[in-house]
Amino acid sequence: MNVINNSRRNFIKTAGALAIGGTLPISLVELAFADSSQNFSFAYISDAHIQHIKDNRFVRNWDRGLIRAVAETNLLLPKPDFVMFGGDLAQLGSKAELDHGAQILSALHGDVRYVMGEHDYYLDLGEYWEKLFGPQYYSFDHKGVHFVVLNSIRTYDDWTFKRWPTAEQRMLEMAGLDNPNSSPFMVGEEQRLWLEKDLDKVDKNTPVVVFSHSPLQKIYKGWNFWTEDADQIQALLKPFKKVSVIYGHVHQIQYNQIGNISFNSVMATAWPWPYPQSYAQAEQYLPKLTVPMNRADPFFERDATGWQFINIANGNADLNFTLSDNTGRIVRYNDKQKRPEDTLYQDEQTRIIPQTHY
Amino acid sequence: MRYTLLLTLILTALFTYREASTAASTKPAAANPQSVPDKNNLLGLPPLPIPANNPQTPAKIALGDKLFHDKRFSIDGTVSCSKCHDDKQAFTDGLPVSTGHHGLTGTRNAPTVLNAAFNASQFWDGREPDLEGQAKQPLINPVEHGLTNHKQVLEIVRTDPDYLATFQTVFDVSAKKLTIDHVAKAIASFERTLITGNAPFDRYYFNGQSDAMTAAQIRGFELFAGQGRCVSCHSIEQDHALFTDGRFHNIGIGITQVRQDIPRLAHAFLEAKNKGGQVDTMVLTDKKSSELGRFAVTDELSQIGAFKTPTLRNIELTAPYMHDGSLLTLKEVMVHYNNGGVNKAGDPVNDFLSGGIRPLNLTDAQLDDLVAFMKALTSSKYASPITAQAAN
Repeated sequence: MNVINNSRRNFIKTAGALAIGGTLPISLVELAFADSSQNFSFAYISDAHIQHIKDNRFVRNWDRGLIRAVAETNLLLPKPDFVMFGGDLAQLGSKAELDHGAQILSALHGDVRYVMGEHDYYLDLGEYWEKLFGPQYYSFDHKGVHFVVLNSIRTYDDWTFKRWPTAEQRMLEMAGLDNPNSSPFMVGEEQRLWLEKDLDKVDKNTPVVVFSHSPLQKIYKGWNFWTEDADQIQALLKPFKKVSVIYGHVHQIQYNQIGNISFNSVMATAWPWPYPQSYAQAEQYLPKLTVPMNRADPFFERDATGWQFINIANGNADLNFTLSDNTGRIVRYNDKQKRPEDTLYQDEQTRIIPQTHY
Repeated sequence: MRYTLLLTLILTALFTYREASTAASTKPAAANPQSVPDKNNLLGLPPLPIPANNPQTPAKIALGDKLFHDKRFSIDGTVSCSKCHDDKQAFTDGLPVSTGHHGLTGTRNAPTVLNAAFNASQFWDGREPDLEGQAKQPLINPVEHGLTNHKQVLEIVRTDPDYLATFQTVFDVSAKKLTIDHVAKAIASFERTLITGNAPFDRYYFNGQSDAMTAAQIRGFELFAGQGRCVSCHSIEQDHALFTDGRFHNIGIGITQVRQDIPRLAHAFLEAKNKGGQVDTMVLTDKKSSELGRFAVTDELSQIGAFKTPTLRNIELTAPYMHDGSLLTLKEVMVHYNNGGVNKAGDPVNDFLSGGIRPLNLTDAQLDDLVAFMKALTSSKYASPITAQAAN
């Protein structure tokens, strides 16, 4: 069923992540690394939604999700080259939430880089976040891959600056789903101009990986599974041979291929969102993007949450999902089909049937 | 709303069972002076799964019984299966962790054999799928029976004319072709007779006998299914209850004490396993490695510190509790859960704690009610040998 050569691609064992003893002897791990200096892995934690109650009290469930992801990430063997945090560290962007989240993340071994989420942003427009984590958008190169980090959750200036009497209300309006007062996310002209210049310096054969919080594709506007200027960003990425966009925000596994661009979402450590289909309860016209995962068992607060490590193999991103109280999943780039695919559940016959919601 | 649903389910279950039990009561029940009016020792249990390749026969069960109690299958002639699974102590040993040959101790609490036949996997970490597989490991574990290999077991059997004759009758094999699997099958067949339901709870819940449980036990049952969240792992089905989901959870026992050391332990364990180390030897001889739990078997990060949900049937008889026997009383167990996975309220929990474990905010009186309910799970007696539908 799996057409990919495991020993070459899968240099950290997938389901267990740490499991060098399981199916892959240590020597093979080392060989796989020796095989190509372009292959490496990094970990990706996202959407922790640390929520302040009052005084020194924070929502335990969200704390524990992030703590667990950090602890598991620290066990990865071989060690990941770096760790990404994919945005929405806070729930309502407060200093208390960002500080508390930063403190939990400080237990991570190695370099951590950050992506801005709307829950981090709309209270002070990223001012405190920048003090803790650095610039809101930037790029870096690692082992032959060009990485770009965008703040994709900005919106129209009129909405941001003129609409709301207080920063707190602005934050709350953007935090809601299906909220008619909300506004679509966008990267915006400032960053698009920067991106154009940044990419100009990069050879078109260099693999490019873009991290954003919202999907740089249009999926579902009501929940801002959406970036208003996604088409313009995609156009800027079009000249490159291999492009991967990795985004958070959706709290579920999604993958898609548009032209040369592979799209992958990452899981949240806080809670799962239902798939928009199962939520809408009416006919709609969503693109068929994903193999739905079995829904969460609400007793296990960590079920349908998780984190992932990502192998960059020959310039393509393979996502290995570690899902607490659930079975891990792997979404890997299929060389033949030229698109990312769930390695286990792609075949209709092997899928786990989603639970019915009444 | 949820509570209403639960009540509806209970009522439905009671009603359904009344009809079923009428039919069941026409079957002859084993004689026992202590048995309660309905005389159904299997009340509350599902059909017993019997592997197709190891059918129950009276001769095989008797052979398994003898093997189970034979001390000769150990390096110093003192350890039989029944040393740690003592018939007189509800097939446990009453110790925090078991003692093997020459007084050596392991790292885990002997689970009861009662109703082990229903387990989805065996051992606290589920490293064997069935009773047959389980029976083979302790014989050659260095801190249990201490034999070097299974050949030593077979030598004893082959040189004992009684055993030899019985094995030939039961399995139709010559001395030469006798293997450890025959020994394991006989022991497993015996263990499949050690099944027992018909606790006060079963009579209350499945037979609709409202006075079968005390008021405290009934309150405890409501907490068990409600605020205590116990039933989510210690499952109760519509027509039977094994009080286990067969899954593995990190509930903060043992792992909390080694939580600073987990990265080193996990990496060292995998390396040792990769070099050919046996899981059962490694986890039973090293207390710290033992705390890695199910991870030691599957290598999965999500299973660090996770152990199998045990049945709660006859729990009153099987103290001390938890995989390491670290909690002496049922009240201590309730306090641990009420604290959200730590012995002392406010202590830091381990990073890998299961998402099902959180502080429960139960009062001391409520914890007592839960303990009372645990005592409603003690069987009136052990069920007689039966044969049920064959499993695949």
